[in-house]
Amino acid sequence: MNQEKVKTPLLRRSGFQSLIASLLCIIIGLLIGYIVLLIINPAGAGEAITTIIKNFFTYNKPKTQLKYLGSTLVKTAPLIMCSLSVLFAYKAGLFNIGVAGQYVVGAGASLYFALGLGMPWYVCLIAAIIAGALLGAISGLLKALCNVNEVISCIMLNWISLYLVNILLTPVKEPTSPYTFVLSSANPDAVLPSMGLDSLFNNNQYVTIAIPLSILVAVLVWVVLEKTKLGYELKATGFNKNAAKYCGMKEKKNLVLTMAISGGLAGMGAALLFLTGFEQWSCTQSAVPATGFNGISAAFLGGLNPIGAIFSSFFIQHITVGGAYVDKTMYSAQISDLISSLIIYLCGFVFFFKYALNKRLDQRDEKKAALKAADTEEGGENK
Amino acid sequence: MILLLQYTLIFASVLMLVALGGCFSEHSGIINIGLEGIMVMGALGGALTMKFLPGDTSAFMMIVLVVLASVIMGSIYSLLLAVASINFKADQTLVGSAMNLLGAAGATVFVKAMNTAECVDNVSSTIQYINAKKAFLVNIGGFEFNWFMLLALLALIFAYVTLYKTRFGLRLMACGEHPQAADSVGINVQKMRYAGVLISGALGGLGGIVYITAGVSEWKFENGVAGFGFLGLAVMIFGQWKPIKIALAALLFGMFRALSNVYGGIDFLSAMNIPAAVYNMLPYIISLIVLAFTSKKSRAPKAEGIPYDKGMR
Amino acid sequence: MEQPYAIEMLNITKRFPGIIANDNITLQLRKGEIHALLGENGAGKSTLMSVLFGLYQPEEGIIKKYGKQVNIKDPNDANALGIGMVHQHFKLVECFTVLDNIIMGVEPCKFGFLRKDEARKKVLELSEKYGLKVDPDALVEDITVGMQQRTEILKMLYRENEILIFDEPTAVLTPQEIDELMQIMKGLAAEGKSILFISHKLNEIMSVADRCTVLRKGKYIGTVNIADTTKEELSRMMVGRDVEFTVHKDAAKPGEPVLHVENLCVASKTHKHDAVHNVSFDVREGEIVCIAGIDGNGQTELVYGLTGLEPVKSGKVVFKDENITSAPIRRRSVMGMSHIPEDRHKHGLVLDYSLEDNLVLQRYFEPEFVNKAGFLKRGAIRQYATRLIEQFDVRSGQGSVTTARSMSGGNQQKAIIAREMDKETSLLIAVQPTRGLDVGAIEYIHKQIVAQRDKGKAVLLVSLELDEVMALSDRILVMYEGEIVGELDPKTTSVQELGLYMAGAKREEVKK
Repeated sequence: MNQEKVKTPLLRRSGFQSLIASLLCIIIGLLIGYIVLLIINPAGAGEAITTIIKNFFTYNKPKTQLKYLGSTLVKTAPLIMCSLSVLFAYKAGLFNIGVAGQYVVGAGASLYFALGLGMPWYVCLIAAIIAGALLGAISGLLKALCNVNEVISCIMLNWISLYLVNILLTPVKEPTSPYTFVLSSANPDAVLPSMGLDSLFNNNQYVTIAIPLSILVAVLVWVVLEKTKLGYELKATGFNKNAAKYCGMKEKKNLVLTMAISGGLAGMGAALLFLTGFEQWSCTQSAVPATGFNGISAAFLGGLNPIGAIFSSFFIQHITVGGAYVDKTMYSAQISDLISSLIIYLCGFVFFFKYALNKRLDQRDEKKAALKAADTEEGGENK
Repeated sequence: MILLLQYTLIFASVLMLVALGGCFSEHSGIINIGLEGIMVMGALGGALTMKFLPGDTSAFMMIVLVVLASVIMGSIYSLLLAVASINFKADQTLVGSAMNLLGAAGATVFVKAMNTAECVDNVSSTIQYINAKKAFLVNIGGFEFNWFMLLALLALIFAYVTLYKTRFGLRLMACGEHPQAADSVGINVQKMRYAGVLISGALGGLGGIVYITAGVSEWKFENGVAGFGFLGLAVMIFGQWKPIKIALAALLFGMFRALSNVYGGIDFLSAMNIPAAVYNMLPYIISLIVLAFTSKKSRAPKAEGIPYDKGMR
Repeated sequence: MEQPYAIEMLNITKRFPGIIANDNITLQLRKGEIHALLGENGAGKSTLMSVLFGLYQPEEGIIKKYGKQVNIKDPNDANALGIGMVHQHFKLVECFTVLDNIIMGVEPCKFGFLRKDEARKKVLELSEKYGLKVDPDALVEDITVGMQQRTEILKMLYRENEILIFDEPTAVLTPQEIDELMQIMKGLAAEGKSILFISHKLNEIMSVADRCTVLRKGKYIGTVNIADTTKEELSRMMVGRDVEFTVHKDAAKPGEPVLHVENLCVASKTHKHDAVHNVSFDVREGEIVCIAGIDGNGQTELVYGLTGLEPVKSGKVVFKDENITSAPIRRRSVMGMSHIPEDRHKHGLVLDYSLEDNLVLQRYFEPEFVNKAGFLKRGAIRQYATRLIEQFDVRSGQGSVTTARSMSGGNQQKAIIAREMDKETSLLIAVQPTRGLDVGAIEYIHKQIVAQRDKGKAVLLVSLELDEVMALSDRILVMYEGEIVGELDPKTTSVQELGLYMAGAKREEVKK
């Protein structure tokens, strides 16, 4: 049979709809953020919101701008990994809010292997992936074997891993501060190689292969989800786990595997940040780092598409870093967290938005069809 | 030992209030993952009231106003969940998670803005309420009774009676079990679900203020409520969505949480020299273990998490 | 002067996106009559009743009660007008008691507190008066389907409704229970209640109704007096052409046993006792064995046990001489077991996948469709899907890339049938393969099943429709409360006898 290729109008395409929805979420999120700023202090609100949006563009010199673009990118890499982690699990029907904890154990493992055991960077990276994967697998196993809701087990594990990592890293911290040793002096071998990338960003030493690596992983995740048998199975499980079981897919095995892969991605994300030496771990930390949770925003803002996640992660990181530049005498840096959590909230409406849009389009098409039908009918009668 | 009892009771009160809140929401058919954020908002409302009420406010008025502020803040904040999940059929887990992040971020931004406005150098997110807090405490021979304990008990009775003895409770639970059936006998499912979420917001908000006054006299809002909203949900699941069982579960979990506050005062525990972090982890570990054993046969309301669509039957 | 109608629905039109569910339909119900509403699945009966019950608002048309126009916005309005309904899928909260379900929505209260004693008294009186035996304090999940239906009827009586709608009430009952229900309905009509009886079963309509209104594809066909009509005429009105009630098939030529089941027990998910208890039977090449029984007597669990969806508790399943009692689902499927599942949305399809992805759901892992590196061969999948779509005449908007969700129920079922019949198979397990489909689709599926048998495959058919059982099967096994209580030959058995077995009133020891 010759399949006629019907061209879908642009507005009907799911990808395009996701894009509009994401842009709307961003605009509304920023708008509400702006209103909050206005309420706190009308005088500086306009400047503050532009500061957040401009981020590194606040610097005048292009060279400095480049350097700070580099810094934003350094922090984007782990965020891309976290959002990939969230979306990978979500495609298989799991809400991996444990991405934060998997990120934490990734940080713990990579730093412990680097500082405590003096391993080279690739070993530390693999250790982080394994640690994240194991933690993810625990949630997966609890769900598969004991029917424990993954959201709740993940949250519990987030806290448990935070305290565990604090204990684990205490031996490798500076004697006078809660921070772990500086990586570049304690174990230079453990720093991710930059392969000359640093020179592109005005010698920003923290720019390493982490950035291209995370983009590569995003493409890889896309390929796995869209082109392979594994992706076919995982998505089938996510859409309808009963049907997946019915046709003989090992849903429990897939569930654990999904969580392990998802956790591995998050763990790798942590290594991609901490192995640049950009940040040190604080062993008295009493809250899990926000990167994991921001991964949820980025995943949904990117329309749950791995390639979209690259851009949405950059955006979220961009405004988060931008938030640090606001005038501290008036506003706090958390305004960016506020905006990004608003964006997640708004992402909840995307489904409804698409539904309403499609309904409008249906109605329009129906009217058109009716008009057309009436026309042809009349034409027929006239003959 | 009295100290342990005291802390157990106060933390159990928090968990019970939050778990009962979750219970109302889930019985109406809405999963409330956002309890954590609701607690933060309730805590913020209460803390602000304590901060700004004049020092000579009578203890009774103080209690009434603080409770009211928390309850109102919690309910208003829970509207975010209600609107998104009931009117717009949003993914309840996603919206709930967003509310948790938003709660902590919003409260931090607000408190910091307030502190900076008072004194430019103060960029902390902490509110103090050392004196105001005294209104809640009554010392009975070394045992510090907290009026919130009584409130939690009242909430328990209220929950039990409402769910099992009233028309409202019958209709609420019908909406969480079989909304189509409820709709077919003329019950307004949307309205009932709104009610469930709002009650959950009220109890969650109350739980929030109890939590930040338990054992401390100031609160740093950047920290949120340290996963207590989720512990509350674990208590609810362990309590099988039934008020009395929830109360018992809350006592058990409350005790493990209390240990981290008081282990230094208990000889054999302090002799063991276990790092503080282990005690901090304890409630979360216990809840994981408990969930692993109880989730298999759990009987959640059948229709929870599923948006109700009149057209789909 | 003639009394005005109890309810009149005049020129009702209700549209849904893409379809007109009711197109200018008129229905007039006299006081004290039993009025049947006849039509195929999808003819618009349920929509019309939902309009009357206030669940949908019609775009055009009016409703009158005793000649006075009324406006029904929601079920409360319907209730206030004395309209009650027994829905096809019961609207009962399973973990509530019978009493709670009856009073829900009209609870007797004092200051918002329930007064159940009052309600219990009234319910007991009603159940006495109309012979509707139920225990008001039993949980709905613990009582039989028949009792649940009585609870639904009591719900209407408790509200003192005068206009009672029964939506396909007999689908879940045994022939004996159906007779009982017919008596109850006649009794209610004699008391002055007006009854609307929705059905697509001609025999029942002929035996109980006074008049009958027929719908077809959303359109009003006509209203006839039952006394002046025949079954054949009604069926012609319903389908729009002559219908063959029988399926043409030659005598079976059974060969070697393909499936051998021995003392199989499957635990129940809801009760303490087994859902399937000590069941033994064989299915041979070239025969259609039918499991008959009322819904909920263990058929579902039996199929789950055979296909591996649920673990079996004890006993043995042998398929093509291999013991598969605890084999994984995939193994059974690869060995040649096909399964048309009971619930096509729950098990049969991934609704958000395209049609082509659904068509390879049982075969995507074969080398034909996936290369060694784990990448799907999209071209091969497209080709295969296109062939099946053509061969089985599966219709959809955009061919093989159509999302399964957007397809009609009949075409979704055809897609499943295409998938399950095309793969290498020696045993076909088909569970209610024609549920919810129109006559054309039913005929098509019946022909396909017979064709499979004639190709020498073994067929195990589970059906709740007695007509289907009698028409298709070569042997009938009757299940009652998880056990096989009789093996019957459709050529020598009557529907009445079958009914006695299904109700558990009769049983024989089946020795195999």
